[in-house]
Amino acid sequence: METLIAGSNVKVNQEGYLLDFSQWNRTIGEQIAQAEGIVMTPRHWEVIEWLQEQVKADKALSIRGIKKSGVLDIKEFYALFPGGPLKISTKIAGVPKPKSCI
Amino acid sequence: MKNLIILGAGTAGTMMANHLRPKLKKSEWGITVVDQYKTHYYQPGFLFLPFDIYSEEQVKKIGRKFIPKGVKYVQKKIEQIFPEENRVQLEDETLDYDLLIIATGSKIAPEEVEGMKAENWLKNIFDFYTFEGALALRNKLREWEGGRMLVHLTEMPIKCPVAPLEFAFLADSYFKEKGIRDKVQITYVTPLSGAFTKETCSTALGYLLKEKNIGLEIDFAIESVDNENNLIIDYGGRKIPFDLLVTVPTNMGDEVIARSGLGDDLNFVPTDPHTLQSKHHENIFVIGDATDVPASKAGSVAHFEAETLTDNILLYIQNKPLKPEFDGHANCFIETGNNKALLIDFNYKQEPVAGTFPIPGLGPLKLLKESVLNHWGKLAFRWIYWNMLLKGRPIPLVSRNMSTKGKKI
Ligand SMILES: Cc1cc2nc3c(=O)[nH]c(=O)nc-3n(C[C@H](O)[C@H](O)[C@H](O)COP(=O)(O)OP(=O)(O)OC[C@H]3O[C@@H](n4cnc5c(N)ncnc54)[C@H](O)[C@@H]3O)c2cc1C
Repeated sequence: METLIAGSNVKVNQEGYLLDFSQWNRTIGEQIAQAEGIVMTPRHWEVIEWLQEQVKADKALSIRGIKKSGVLDIKEFYALFPGGPLKISTKIAGVPKPKSCI
Repeated sequence: MKNLIILGAGTAGTMMANHLRPKLKKSEWGITVVDQYKTHYYQPGFLFLPFDIYSEEQVKKIGRKFIPKGVKYVQKKIEQIFPEENRVQLEDETLDYDLLIIATGSKIAPEEVEGMKAENWLKNIFDFYTFEGALALRNKLREWEGGRMLVHLTEMPIKCPVAPLEFAFLADSYFKEKGIRDKVQITYVTPLSGAFTKETCSTALGYLLKEKNIGLEIDFAIESVDNENNLIIDYGGRKIPFDLLVTVPTNMGDEVIARSGLGDDLNFVPTDPHTLQSKHHENIFVIGDATDVPASKAGSVAHFEAETLTDNILLYIQNKPLKPEFDGHANCFIETGNNKALLIDFNYKQEPVAGTFPIPGLGPLKLLKESVLNHWGKLAFRWIYWNMLLKGRPIPLVSRNMSTKGKKI
């Protein structure tokens, strides 16, 4: 479905994840973060950019990947995006959340 | 005389030996298969062993029996692969190859989580991904009187990603039949953001957990197990208590992949997802759970891969371009308890959807819907595995690439 985020019409799934990354921009990311109760800092953006690069390179996102990223450790990841860090950060980044086969 | 070596005589390695022997001239190509063990396990049976649905004998056979005549079977441990020298080092000999197929699978690595494989391992913490684990768990369940049971998944990817969920469903049925369901609290714990992560599936199947009164803890990335207080703890500090922990530990490729410098962080071999050729060495091909391709790690996937890989090996030998054909096709039965099961059929691009299978419109099997017939399908899979899959026989009406016919897309 289509929805209006930060003044742009974007395609999202039922849970609000962007379906087309080319429609993403920082203002949209910021707005999604706000809805999740997160105030974005430069550190948050560094992580978001790293996630987007991984997805572009076709690498599966995982907590283990964070551990090995050299960008941040898992404790910090939880501190930046409390609750479900992968689920929340991917939504802000405009990329699909990690999935299983069903 | 040229040498083709297959590393691993599990599901995928055995199938490749059966596919290739009739297709390669014996005077031109010698084929050798190497595996460390005498026993070939039917791993999908490990799901049923803990509940006394299958016996030990039903899930194991002598591996050599499934290797065709004209293929040399070497029962030894593989120490290291030297891809630059086209050599494989076994425990006490070296083999040279012209063409190598890696089919060393994946296995559990409970030591990846602090406290998992510690004093309570196989006492009140069990896996069911190994024969030993599934058997120990069966013995535990026979005498267990109830309490809090967690069915837990450490991290993705794991082989047969639906197995932990099936375990939870079967546990519900098992305790009901035993008359102690009211004494057992079952909770499914996952690092993902739901028990069902795809929209089609969560819509169609979301009712299952509620119906069976199975609790759900999501986004749980485990950091450690506290053996003193019987807790699992995640990186955010969340704690979940248990009396019985049934876990699927981290799955990793064999250490031989790491020793040979051929793998990623989890010892999976970087592989072209459509041709199944190694990304770094053109005379190495990879199949089954050992690859890093984003398909499910399942026997059915290995079966479809084997058909494409056989063609590609013949093309490679003739110096012709490989077919980028494999589409990630997987076909899996999912036990839901009470003698029912679901069936899903999907690939890299197509998520599981409802429909009929294998004959469009007729079935008789139904996709993404519970039925008794699907359950019989799952049980029949054991016969199909030993008699058709391992022998490399095609399954009637089921093609290597996923068909969109009969699917509600
Ligand atoms: C509980 C459970 C339920 C499952 N259910 C299903 C299901 O319903 N449907 C389905 O399709 N799939 C299912 N699977 C998955 C299926 O069993 C695997 O995907 C399949 O066996 C993979 O085949 P493989 O040949 O890649 O690996 P394996 O069959 O694991 O074979 C790898 C072989 O390599 C050998 N090896 C590895 N390293 C070395 C070494 N260093 N030296 C010598 N030998 C070595 C091993 O001994 C082993 O024999 C299930 C798995 C489990 C654990």
